[in-house]
Amino acid sequence: MDYVEQPITPHMTLVLLTVLPFAAAILIALLADRGRGVHAIIAGGASALGLALVLSVAPLVLAQGSIALSASWVPAIGLDFSLLMDPLGLMFSGLILGIGLLVMIFAHFYLAAGEATGRFFATLMLFQGAMLGIVLSGNVLLLLVFWELTSLSSFLLIGFWRHSPDARQGARMALAITGGGGLVLIAGMVLLGVVAGSFDLMIILQSRDVVQASPHYPAFLILILIGCFTKSAQFPFHFWLPHAMAAPTPVSAYLHSATMVKAGVFLLARLWPVLSGTELYTIIVTTVGMTTMLFGAWVAIFRHDLKAILAYSTISQLGLLVMLLGFSLEAAAVAAVLHVLNHAAFKAALFMTAGIVDHESGTRDIRRLGALAKVMPVTAVIGTLAAGAMAGIPPLGGFISKEMMLYEALNVSLFGIDWLVPVVATIAASFSVAYSLRFAVHLFFGQARDDAAHRKAHDPGAGMLVAPAVLVIVAVLLGLLPMLLAGTVVSAVAGAVIGGPAPIVELSLWHGVNLALGMSVLAIGVGIALLWRHAGLLRWYAARRHADARAMFQRGMTASDVFVRKMIVAVHRPSLQRMLFATFAVVLLMIVDGTGSATGGGAIGLTGPRELLPAPLFAIVTWLLLIAATIAVLVEERQRFRALIYISVIGLVIALSFVYFSAPDLALTQISVEVVTILLLLLALNLLPKRPPLLSSSGLRVRDGLFAAFGGLGVGGAAWAMLTRNPNDPISSFHIANSYSGGGGTNVVNVTLVDFRAFDTMGEIIVLGIAGLVIYALLDTTVRGAAGARLRSWQEDMPHSPERHPMMFVMSTRILLPLVLVAGIFIFLRGHNEPGGGFIAGLVVAIALLLQYLASGYDWTDSRRRIGEHDLIGFGVLIAILTGIGALAFDANFLSTAYDYFTLPLVGKFELTTALFFDLGVFSVVLGAVVLALAQLSHIAQRAARAHALQEAEKHEDAS
Amino acid sequence: MISLEFLVASAIGVLVAGGIYLTLRGRTFQVVLGLTLFSYAVNMFLFASGRLVVDRAPIWSKSVTEYADPLPQALVLTAIVITFGMTALTVILTLRSFLESGSDQVDGDPSGNHEDDSA
Repeated sequence: MDYVEQPITPHMTLVLLTVLPFAAAILIALLADRGRGVHAIIAGGASALGLALVLSVAPLVLAQGSIALSASWVPAIGLDFSLLMDPLGLMFSGLILGIGLLVMIFAHFYLAAGEATGRFFATLMLFQGAMLGIVLSGNVLLLLVFWELTSLSSFLLIGFWRHSPDARQGARMALAITGGGGLVLIAGMVLLGVVAGSFDLMIILQSRDVVQASPHYPAFLILILIGCFTKSAQFPFHFWLPHAMAAPTPVSAYLHSATMVKAGVFLLARLWPVLSGTELYTIIVTTVGMTTMLFGAWVAIFRHDLKAILAYSTISQLGLLVMLLGFSLEAAAVAAVLHVLNHAAFKAALFMTAGIVDHESGTRDIRRLGALAKVMPVTAVIGTLAAGAMAGIPPLGGFISKEMMLYEALNVSLFGIDWLVPVVATIAASFSVAYSLRFAVHLFFGQARDDAAHRKAHDPGAGMLVAPAVLVIVAVLLGLLPMLLAGTVVSAVAGAVIGGPAPIVELSLWHGVNLALGMSVLAIGVGIALLWRHAGLLRWYAARRHADARAMFQRGMTASDVFVRKMIVAVHRPSLQRMLFATFAVVLLMIVDGTGSATGGGAIGLTGPRELLPAPLFAIVTWLLLIAATIAVLVEERQRFRALIYISVIGLVIALSFVYFSAPDLALTQISVEVVTILLLLLALNLLPKRPPLLSSSGLRVRDGLFAAFGGLGVGGAAWAMLTRNPNDPISSFHIANSYSGGGGTNVVNVTLVDFRAFDTMGEIIVLGIAGLVIYALLDTTVRGAAGARLRSWQEDMPHSPERHPMMFVMSTRILLPLVLVAGIFIFLRGHNEPGGGFIAGLVVAIALLLQYLASGYDWTDSRRRIGEHDLIGFGVLIAILTGIGALAFDANFLSTAYDYFTLPLVGKFELTTALFFDLGVFSVVLGAVVLALAQLSHIAQRAARAHALQEAEKHEDAS
Repeated sequence: MISLEFLVASAIGVLVAGGIYLTLRGRTFQVVLGLTLFSYAVNMFLFASGRLVVDRAPIWSKSVTEYADPLPQALVLTAIVITFGMTALTVILTLRSFLESGSDQVDGDPSGNHEDDSA
């Protein structure tokens, strides 16, 4: 075949294959309100298209070994978006998509019309995409991403029927086990990648010697195995699988035949060349697989729910696969590959059979069913053949792989005992014959046990039968024509699993008379005998106590919950004072520790060599003012209004120092923020208690005082040490050098804000906007509940001016308003070159508006407002972002500025820069957030005052 | 001789001490005041990391070669505005929690709900 002329290259096929299910999932979700037909057609269509893509590249993969492509994603951690399709990936993608297609068809007819089919099919496609991602990942980190995605999407699928407590519980359990296993797997895979030196799968697969020689080999082997065992429901992590049966049957058919639980088996096979072959590997994997196989098969004999029988049989069959891979024998790997195909075919068919029976008879309890062959003959044929394949009865497909398993079991010696594995394998095979035959015989033959169910039952329409019929035909042909159907694939896949040349495989029903055949015959005989004595066996089993895995799981969850709560309470006291004290203490200890090491244990002094500036007298006076004000705040902490005055003195001193130390922009900002802050505190204090009682004991005060003094000394000392040293070559010289030539402005601080570090500024205005909105949300809901009641019964607790809105105040603020607005515009426009800019202008204009609220009252001002503060915040953030994106259109970086000079008559030459728009955004957000916060607060205050006035009036009326 | 550096460093120290003491008190309004003192100190500290410079504004001009460090100034400018946002949010939370619980004790402790023993 000539691949050059193909319209789609194999690489593109891989990418398409990975993207397709997710695209379909999104499309279905978008069309969620359409009928189920639309959903099923999209899901089925995407699966069919995917299958076609897989088939189109299959000859190439089988001929040349693999297709791989790679694109860098997060190179810093070795995470590439790389896809790899080798025969193993090819077979699994074929299974995922092929069985997926059949499941979609089945689900379309299975689900009732009123169900949320959009959600169902979208999640199913999401799951399909995640599974495909696992089997096609060429990078183990990428594989982990998809691995987690399967856990999450299967959680959604198992819990699809949200109204059912069983479904919710089953989904949670599956998530806890498989998700938890996924976390363990991450640890193992990362360790493996580190040891192998790469996260690229191809490289890892070739580093067997390095990996197995590593001292960490046991650690990551066990971690990875836990990941695989949890996913593939191996003992003792098996118990989530039966509870996952609460899912709709199509989901079970999909998850537990070819996909979810096979992911663990897939990963074992994937990493087989690197991990297998050591004694540790063989012992752990073989033992776990064997135990699971035996245990699952035993329990399955005694279940009554059809899906529970299938669930335990799945556990058992997965155990078989794990055990085969654990043998570390190449021929066993071949058997495992073949059995993956067989199991996918017959198990999906059986789940669908169970679904049909449930759908058409109304029950899944095998004790109430029987003789269904008379009323649903087609289903009976399908179900019986599939069960026969599961039992390993010749000439069905299951027989070949099961016999290969028995044959290989003879070659394995576990714990030095040669007969252990073959004997256990034969026993487990007998059990599996027993539960498989019971499924078929008790369901379809014998006596009808429940008339109601029997009378109701009938074969479904062709739509529901197509999928299981196709699967059963495959299961039969895998037995009759194994070489034609699977020979090439199994050989190639086994080669990929082994990591060497493809072995020559001989698949046939008849291998001549050997020990394995004897074991097969024995197993079938014992299985039939078990079924014959089933009633007695069941009574014996029922009389015994059995560990309830679900109860154990729940006890475990409860215990860990209690433990975590205790830990939290032990570490986290719900007291702000204690937590703050602890935080400060830790920070102080870190400072002490850091100072010790930074000074080399005192070798370097606190005072550095920098030349100091002498302090003029007025600086000393201002400093004294600050110290006095701070002490006054502390001493008068209970006189809250006075404390506010002292605080504002401190703020003014800070602003003055900014002026003095060559920071005019900061001084302007500080002084306007000071005004706004004090206004805010005043408004809040109006509603808060003014003179709170003394709370802390004097002992506590002394302790905190000493502690605070210590902290102050530490931070002050750090400041002193910094100020007396020269700075290391700061990057600021870049800002100064490029401010005019690059940013088009002479005020370097403003250019830094709107250009060099505009991204920071953008984040900051968004934070400010959010703070404003949160304040609005907090205050707007105050009128409800307990807070509302308290607000309505609020009492003025201090004398107020008899005149609510003093004439002088009202008039002067109204005259001031236009003047301040002009000043604001002026400050805004000159900001790029002289002190000013969006932040300061926003604050100044906000103050002008707030003065109106203050002087003329909330109602008067609010009714004259044209633009809402919410709009201002939204507009500001939007225009800032759009300015940044605008730069992208001119091939510049996000938020780069452009500027030019223009000349207008009268005005003369002036500059226009895109940074002005950004600054407009800043202005708008600052204005919006500040006014929103304070206006809302004054609104609440006014409400309280009104409530008070009303109460007073009522009192007055009562008195008169 | 008292240096400007000493004045700034000691002022920062005093503000931090006041801030720590007040934030450890039991009434929400005191915590707000403490946070305000703290913010002054932190902003001043950040600003001082550009070192103290007199009479050299960061306004670019062809003839000038010595400037104040503009970067800390730009950072502190936004910090001052964000400080306002934080203070405002804390004040509103304080107010809301007082209105909800009827107590201005920091943990909403009902045992701090007796205001009659104020001196």
